[in-house]
Amino acid sequence: MFRRIAKRLKRHQFLFEELVKRDFKKKYKATMLGMGWSLLSPLLTLFVLKIVFTQFFGRGAPHYTTYLFAGILVFGFFSESTKGGMTALVGNAGIFTKVNVPKYLFLMSKNVQTLLNFALTLCVFLVFCVIDRIDFSWRFLLLVYPIVMLTLFNLGLGLILSALYVFYRDMTYLWSVTMRLLMYGSAVFYKTDGFSPEMMLVFRCNPVYNYITFIRTIVIDNTVPEAWDFGLLALFAFLVFIIGGFLYKRLNTEFLYYV
Amino acid sequence: MSDTPKHPVVAKDVCIRYKRGDFKQIGLKEYIMKRLTGNYKVEDFWADWNVSFSLDPGDMLGIIGTNGAGKSTLLKAVAGIMKPTKGFVRVHGNVSALLELGSGFDKDLTVKENTYLRGAMLGYTRAYMNEVYREIVDFAELKEFENYAFRQLSSGMKSRLAFAIASRVRPDVLILDEVLSVGDGRFRKKSEKKMREILDSGATTILVSHSLEQVGNLCNKVLWLHKGRQVDFTDDVKGICSRYRDFCEGNISIG
Repeated sequence: MFRRIAKRLKRHQFLFEELVKRDFKKKYKATMLGMGWSLLSPLLTLFVLKIVFTQFFGRGAPHYTTYLFAGILVFGFFSESTKGGMTALVGNAGIFTKVNVPKYLFLMSKNVQTLLNFALTLCVFLVFCVIDRIDFSWRFLLLVYPIVMLTLFNLGLGLILSALYVFYRDMTYLWSVTMRLLMYGSAVFYKTDGFSPEMMLVFRCNPVYNYITFIRTIVIDNTVPEAWDFGLLALFAFLVFIIGGFLYKRLNTEFLYYV
Repeated sequence: MSDTPKHPVVAKDVCIRYKRGDFKQIGLKEYIMKRLTGNYKVEDFWADWNVSFSLDPGDMLGIIGTNGAGKSTLLKAVAGIMKPTKGFVRVHGNVSALLELGSGFDKDLTVKENTYLRGAMLGYTRAYMNEVYREIVDFAELKEFENYAFRQLSSGMKSRLAFAIASRVRPDVLILDEVLSVGDGRFRKKSEKKMREILDSGATTILVSHSLEQVGNLCNKVLWLHKGRQVDFTDDVKGICSRYRDFCEGNISIG
């Protein structure tokens, strides 16, 4: 399956590149700072949360800045990819109703854009790690794993969301509410040490929490996550990816009628 | 084109089911309300029913028929955008479908960016676009507007650009949905000349047109559709055109 997709991507490479370029340009159109915003906006969020939670709530956990930044970094990537991915089909109806192109091309181009954005933010994150006196070790190389899995997870969710959005335009509202729920349930700015085992199980069911925690374990605790964690990340990613792929395959010829 | 097979396009018993109804762009609330009150109507109907034809290399097929005859749907099936519900369409060689070209540009992108995007959509390569970009902009007479956002252009300018890009296609099978010429006066002349060049290039062409005169002049085969059914497929262009004219004037009826 991946070979076939790669072959089709090759054939549509020029279109794909132009779509990625377009997604970049549209993202920053009419903003003065342009790309600067993808660095600045997580930093501002970090700044606000840091102030709120250290000054007002007095959470003085060690490496709290890194802890917080890891959460913001991952959640921001997740949020941008899925929100942008949702409109991938409807927003490109003008293209796929005119020429015969694989429809996942649009979602993929959007995700390339968010991935590159994420990479930029990741660099800033690493700089912050240095400032926060985090010990760098070979374990940092393991960061590739959660990033690849999260990208796959984002793509899969994007497939599902963009397909549903074709039929129900309410999805934007439903998704932003869901996203808020996920955000508060992802321990972006609080620690989960004091929760009961039952509560921890609930956290574990939230995919985003797992991706964030995985990265924190490597960066802050400087340990290799357990095999069970590795498996869980892959499970979430492949599960949504398979469901999404199935939806696209099933509805491939239906989309045309609804856009 | 020596390796072109005998029939570049074959359509056999093509049936395409289309959906129509008030399901489009409704929200969840409306959907549930309509479901509850039993007002939810999605009508399946056959846009095309048992359409069969085959073309030889270099053929120029005109598809005629009144509105809702299933012409555009059939074109989309040949272009591979839609799949026949039953039957099949087999196409040899590369296909270019020029459908509703005026729309589908991105209003936030500049003329240059849109040109490249459209070129990519039509299957050109980047090298080719770099090579012909200047000519395209010159042909569309948009030299001074290259870096303007698309929203700032007039609709005439947009269709000129659309035509200028599309007129570069040199496919084995060409599909046209009434895009034979655009613009006014001088530009119309220019675009007609360009169109002739494409049509004379030897590509097998399928063309939907409401102008019988155009069909009579250009085509060597005609397919007449009526409410999705195939009334006739023939190379007797004169005969079918006069029958169609009689039908439109209400002199004859078809079953």
